[in-house]
Amino acid sequence: MEDLQERNQLEQDEFEQNQVILTPGQLVAKRFFRNKLACVGLGIIIVMILFCAIGPFISPYGEYEIFYINSTTGEEVRMKEDSVGGSDMGINVKAPISSAHWLGTDADGRDVMTRLMYGGRISLFVGIIVVAIELVIGVLMGGIAGYYGGAVDMIIMRLVEIFNSIPFIPLMLIISSVLFASGVKPQHKIFWIMGIMGVLYWAGVARLVRGQILSLRELEYMQAAEATGIRTSKKILKHLIPNVMPIIILIATMDIGGVILTESVLSYLGVGIAWPFASWGNMVDVVKQSVILKNYINIWLPPGICILLTVLAWNFIGDGMRDAFDPRMKR
Amino acid sequence: MKQYIIKRLLISILVLFGVSILLYGIAHMVPGDYVSNISSGNQNITPEMEQRMREAYGLDKGPVEGYISWLGDAIRGDFGTSFVYKEPVTSIIIKYMPATLALAGISMVLELLLAIPLGILAARRQYSFTDYTIVAIAIVGISLPSFFFAAVLKRVFAIGLGVLPISGMVTARANFTGFALFADMAKHFVLPVTVFVLTSMGSYLRYVRTNMLEVLSADYVRTARAKGLPERKVIAKHAFRNTLIPIVTLFGSMIPALFSGAVITESIFALEGLGNIALKAVYAGDIPYLMGFNMFIAALTLIGTLVSDVLYAVVDPRVRY
Repeated sequence: MEDLQERNQLEQDEFEQNQVILTPGQLVAKRFFRNKLACVGLGIIIVMILFCAIGPFISPYGEYEIFYINSTTGEEVRMKEDSVGGSDMGINVKAPISSAHWLGTDADGRDVMTRLMYGGRISLFVGIIVVAIELVIGVLMGGIAGYYGGAVDMIIMRLVEIFNSIPFIPLMLIISSVLFASGVKPQHKIFWIMGIMGVLYWAGVARLVRGQILSLRELEYMQAAEATGIRTSKKILKHLIPNVMPIIILIATMDIGGVILTESVLSYLGVGIAWPFASWGNMVDVVKQSVILKNYINIWLPPGICILLTVLAWNFIGDGMRDAFDPRMKR
Repeated sequence: MKQYIIKRLLISILVLFGVSILLYGIAHMVPGDYVSNISSGNQNITPEMEQRMREAYGLDKGPVEGYISWLGDAIRGDFGTSFVYKEPVTSIIIKYMPATLALAGISMVLELLLAIPLGILAARRQYSFTDYTIVAIAIVGISLPSFFFAAVLKRVFAIGLGVLPISGMVTARANFTGFALFADMAKHFVLPVTVFVLTSMGSYLRYVRTNMLEVLSADYVRTARAKGLPERKVIAKHAFRNTLIPIVTLFGSMIPALFSGAVITESIFALEGLGNIALKAVYAGDIPYLMGFNMFIAALTLIGTLVSDVLYAVVDPRVRY
């Protein structure tokens, strides 16, 4: 009799030990990693980050280092060397793919591979920073609008509509010419662009967050929070925002790709990252010269493919995240 | 319903007002105005002449005064005269509208014709190979930078194979008439339309798929299957008609895109459309055109949102305002 009881107890213990209890986060992760496209996306992003973060340390060349060539001997000379000033020296432009330049040199005699690495740093950096700015403003404004309602909501939502109905590219071009005319240094311009893009993009985030907060506000646990008499700021930050977290994470991943794409468009139009700094967008803009478009594919194809792959990867991840967060998507 | 529409229209006017202040403020922050742009380097122009030109162009006033006089004219439908084209902004917009409308209109019809069936197909075979392929194509489309995609297409079809024209709207100096002209223009539109369709179809496709998935898991679809209807009928009659509700609201969001077109695509293929002109206007500092064009698009965006909200109530009797 006692033996049986003990055996039962043991069995139960064993059952409990083998029972895998998953937190909601683990469930999401499990569903995410089951999505093959999302895993591919994650892989691409990791490779890209490694390529852009570590690449420049391995590459022997600088971002805007110009290569010269001795026209009689065909010997290549780097920018810093003394013999550059010689009479038979020319800039080594549009050099073909070789062991010294894996992707050749561009129209100004700079190493394409090295610029690809530096350009990628800019693209990834811009994506993350702009999304961070838009999230901070958007979550705050959306949270306030959704929580307080009434006149505050009315004003904030009208602001959202204003920002939503301005065509983005023409506006960005005007702003960029303002920046250019007010003498912003090329190396600072990128920070300005990031800040402005973040400020222009918050409206979409605010709208989504507001909608979520509106429905959360009516739930019982919020009444309970109300009853405890805690401060309003704490109610918003501790009780409402964490529950909007899934949608915030979603917006973040979905938007990074879009922001990288927009930045590349701006750089292509010549209003993003300014000379001599590299970005994938302004490396593609040489296709405006038909000679390069026709004969020097090695100059413009790689940066274009890099943009495509990176944006694609973020979108795959975003898609996987959405399915993973949605409990209805169970399979 | 009527009351709702009137209220929304009034709010839209308020929003447009805000948009105009914001745009005017930013546009007038650009130092070095149009007059100093065109007169720089010309020694024959004296400061007095410059001053007279500023007065003629309305650039002599401060931002507040300038805005008030612009607003007064704009309310009466006069958006000023473009600096570059020396014509009223409204007539320029009407003049360049056909190209943009043709490009965007053709592309959008094609997008819907592709996105709706493919989205439904993907939803019906969720998590199958077909579904993965369709979704992957949609996401690739969304992720393609239009300028890069256009460059690749130009390189392959215009330069490499030489079967399609590289840019422009008609073959220069060919002087085609009648059907030959139409065929020539159609040829010029193939590449821009391809870029337009592939880069913006993806979001519609995903939208259709998500909504179809939602409908397919609804109870009434299960009921339809349970009473033994053939699958074709379940999809066409019960599921599809209900996915039409969210799809109809897409039309509202298409209205502004129909006119703003694709700025980048138009400029890459040198199509004389509104977007391309706007891009040139930025570089030339043509403030009246930019103000007029941006206000036009902003108004269309607001109308589009209103249209999709109203359409939603029209197609779905459960929605009441």
